[in-house]
Amino acid sequence: MAFTTAMACRLIGRKSVIGARSMSSWWRNVEPAPKDPILGVTEAFLADPSPDKVNVGVGAYRDDNGKPVVLECVREAERRIAGKLNMEYLPMGGSVKMVEETLKLAYGENSEFIKDKRIAAVQSLSGTGACRLFADFQKRFSPDSQIYIPVPTWANHHNIWRDAQVPQRTYHYYHPESRGLNFAALMDDIKNAPNGSFILLHACAHNPTGVDPSEEEWREISHLFKFQVKNHFAFFDMAYQGFASGDPERDAKSIRIFLEDGHHIGIAQSYAKNMGLYGQRVGCLSVLCENEKQAVAVKSQLQQLARPMYSNPPVHGALIVSTILGDPDLKKLWLKEVKVMADRIISMRASLRENLEKLGSPLSWKHITKQIGMFCYSGMTPEQVDRLTKEYHIYMTRNGRISMAGITTGNVGYLANAIHEVTKSA
Amino acid sequence: MASSMLSLASASPSASLSMHDTLKGKVRLGSGNLTAWFHKEKSNPFINTKSSGRISMAVAVNVSRFEGITMAPPDPILGVSEAFKADNDEKKLNLGVGAYRTEELQPYVLNVVKKAENLMLERGEYKEYLPIEGLAAFNKVTAELLLGADNTVIKQQRVATVQGLSGTGSLRLAAALIERYFPGAKVLISSPTWGNHKNIFNDARVPWSEYRYYDPKTVGLDFEGMIADLKAAPEGSFILLHGCAHNPTGIDPTPEQWEKIADVIQEKNHIPFFDVAYQGFASGSLDADAASVRLFAARGMELLVAQSYSKNLGLYAERIGAINVICSSVDAAARVKSQLKRLARPMYSNPPVHGARIVANVVGDPTLFDEWKAEMDMMAGRIKGVRQKLFDSLSAKDKSGKDWSFILKQIGMFSFTGLNKAQSENMTNKWHVYMTKDGRISLAGLNLAKCEYLADAIVDSYHNVS
Repeated sequence: MAFTTAMACRLIGRKSVIGARSMSSWWRNVEPAPKDPILGVTEAFLADPSPDKVNVGVGAYRDDNGKPVVLECVREAERRIAGKLNMEYLPMGGSVKMVEETLKLAYGENSEFIKDKRIAAVQSLSGTGACRLFADFQKRFSPDSQIYIPVPTWANHHNIWRDAQVPQRTYHYYHPESRGLNFAALMDDIKNAPNGSFILLHACAHNPTGVDPSEEEWREISHLFKFQVKNHFAFFDMAYQGFASGDPERDAKSIRIFLEDGHHIGIAQSYAKNMGLYGQRVGCLSVLCENEKQAVAVKSQLQQLARPMYSNPPVHGALIVSTILGDPDLKKLWLKEVKVMADRIISMRASLRENLEKLGSPLSWKHITKQIGMFCYSGMTPEQVDRLTKEYHIYMTRNGRISMAGITTGNVGYLANAIHEVTKSA
Repeated sequence: MASSMLSLASASPSASLSMHDTLKGKVRLGSGNLTAWFHKEKSNPFINTKSSGRISMAVAVNVSRFEGITMAPPDPILGVSEAFKADNDEKKLNLGVGAYRTEELQPYVLNVVKKAENLMLERGEYKEYLPIEGLAAFNKVTAELLLGADNTVIKQQRVATVQGLSGTGSLRLAAALIERYFPGAKVLISSPTWGNHKNIFNDARVPWSEYRYYDPKTVGLDFEGMIADLKAAPEGSFILLHGCAHNPTGIDPTPEQWEKIADVIQEKNHIPFFDVAYQGFASGSLDADAASVRLFAARGMELLVAQSYSKNLGLYAERIGAINVICSSVDAAARVKSQLKRLARPMYSNPPVHGARIVANVVGDPTLFDEWKAEMDMMAGRIKGVRQKLFDSLSAKDKSGKDWSFILKQIGMFSFTGLNKAQSENMTNKWHVYMTKDGRISLAGLNLAKCEYLADAIVDSYHNVS
């Protein structure tokens, strides 16, 4: 393309502005990118003038008035840090203090792995950045490996591993008929994956389905990893610790099971939801290694990958996190506030299901309360979703995923009615 | 590491294992890969009675999948600061990383930044996700700052601006765009250039080569060499240019030279790609420092420009910058922006909000903007003052007649002293002056009080070490 333009330039022989405009741009071959399926929903919602509109698209928490929430503990932390500290570059691996506190959340307050310094960990650009850094690490150091991704999963997982040029495969996860987990197929797929495959697991509150394995099922999955000649690597994406059950320890159960069973895992953690720090982009990538020496080497390589991507991570959000988690009172406050958010979601689940059942829906909506976390996989078809949007100004992703955080006591009735209308003849 | 458990019942036919062998850990399996990973000392026999009801022997062996991972080399720039910290000598001087220091050699948070942050705190703004392309208010002011608010290209909406993770992140997005839409196209970078440029293009899988830039004989610009190399490059190459205050040399082309560079780039249908990390910091004037970029834009060329607010607003750790692509049409700009977003999404989803808000508040408010200009002038002025004092000290102390005036001619935070590796090491080992091995010193880390000491060190290293 560049050469055609070059020829055109020579033929016309002008350097003027007009000349540049009439000949084609360098960017002629650049097609418009499709709208991001998730973030595009919010854009459309914002553009809608209807007073009845409801946004159950993106997974950002809202209070019962439908307003975004900044946690009290966060406000307090911000007051403490405002204008006080200089903004010198963080080390490439980010805030050491923040990383330390974050590892405790995932691995346990008194984790032997932390004590033995066996975890290679760096601050990351929230969950996305952690996954991307890991994917690049996987590509560089396990170039022949593949990543197994559940069906369905957060759409951006596919983008991440694709842009990192790691070949991807899928494994069965969601069982549409039961709106639950297809456990047998999941186990089969993992069993049959080639030796040394990397398996992406959602630690809790699976996105987009809200369907999690039970504790017993997690044990069996871990067992499978252990007792087969497979040498699979388990990579956990934990974006909702604390948000699922209201108890961060409980939400980390799957990870703890794998650790007890001796697996050396990787974890992506995010504070976007559980601390409401969405736009601050704070998270952490950790990789459990054999020993301290290896952890140091792995960390140095993770930093090496981060340097040409952004040099070092942003400080503001990290400071908020370390201020909160480093202060026992603020940490207590945070735990309380996380539980409030989780409890509100749980009560909205109950409310939505009740409303639908009261309306006399012919379908079963048990899955709304069985599923966990921010999302509910309603089971609605793209066509039904389109109707919800066009006729009722309800915005959600076309896979039928409802963000429970967008539901309030004020709109749950309206939402239930709309869902009933578009599904009653299904 | 995975603890590999061998289930005898499902072992491949070629593996015949005796209990004895298993316990000793000497196992050979059908799969060649696994044999390499066994550690003889660690094997724990297990009995597994799960699922299929069969009894199988299981042996745990420790394999490390990270065995082959070696320690990455320390960063050549950031490693300097670490070494400095470890030095206990009271005369020590850190002229390594390019972070501004006051005359007292303390880090500096600009007053306008403190004001902006307090405003933000009072307003109690939400922390919601930004759109993928970043804060709209920020994107608007950053393009205007770069090009001038009344610039044609802005009025005609031909600039695709996406907030990026400071300069690095913005460069990386551009590199990823080049890789995707100009496969095989090369980027030409100056010799020398900021160390991380190579890493960025390498990791983005964009081939690069160098064009001559620094002339050690004159400690100035090798203009002939630069032009020749640009002419020799394949048509349609991307030429990475430093908008002002070249890092690491401090040597910028003159306005006349910029015109000639633009001529060659147009002639060869290259694409100019500016890295603007020091707007305002070079001369003290935001507009003057953007002259090179504006020159190219005024010619109707399409270009890429990466910006950073790390130095000029002191927002280092907030990671705030932008990638701008000036296109020949509104439509092209819209399409390019959408594709930049598509590259950013799997990298970090959306950029951090805090720094963006600070910039938008400072640059978008006339009063704060004026205050900022004054602070910038002060910072750039301090650097100029230090350059002058250093030059005076060197001229006084060095009786050899060597011309040290390049220190005054160079611009921005850095000075390329012309010291070689051994001489730079002498600076550190004998004089406790920390700098990078390429002879670069960061004047931002120097104050008037230490100029004489530094001059002594430089004179000694230059003349007594080879």
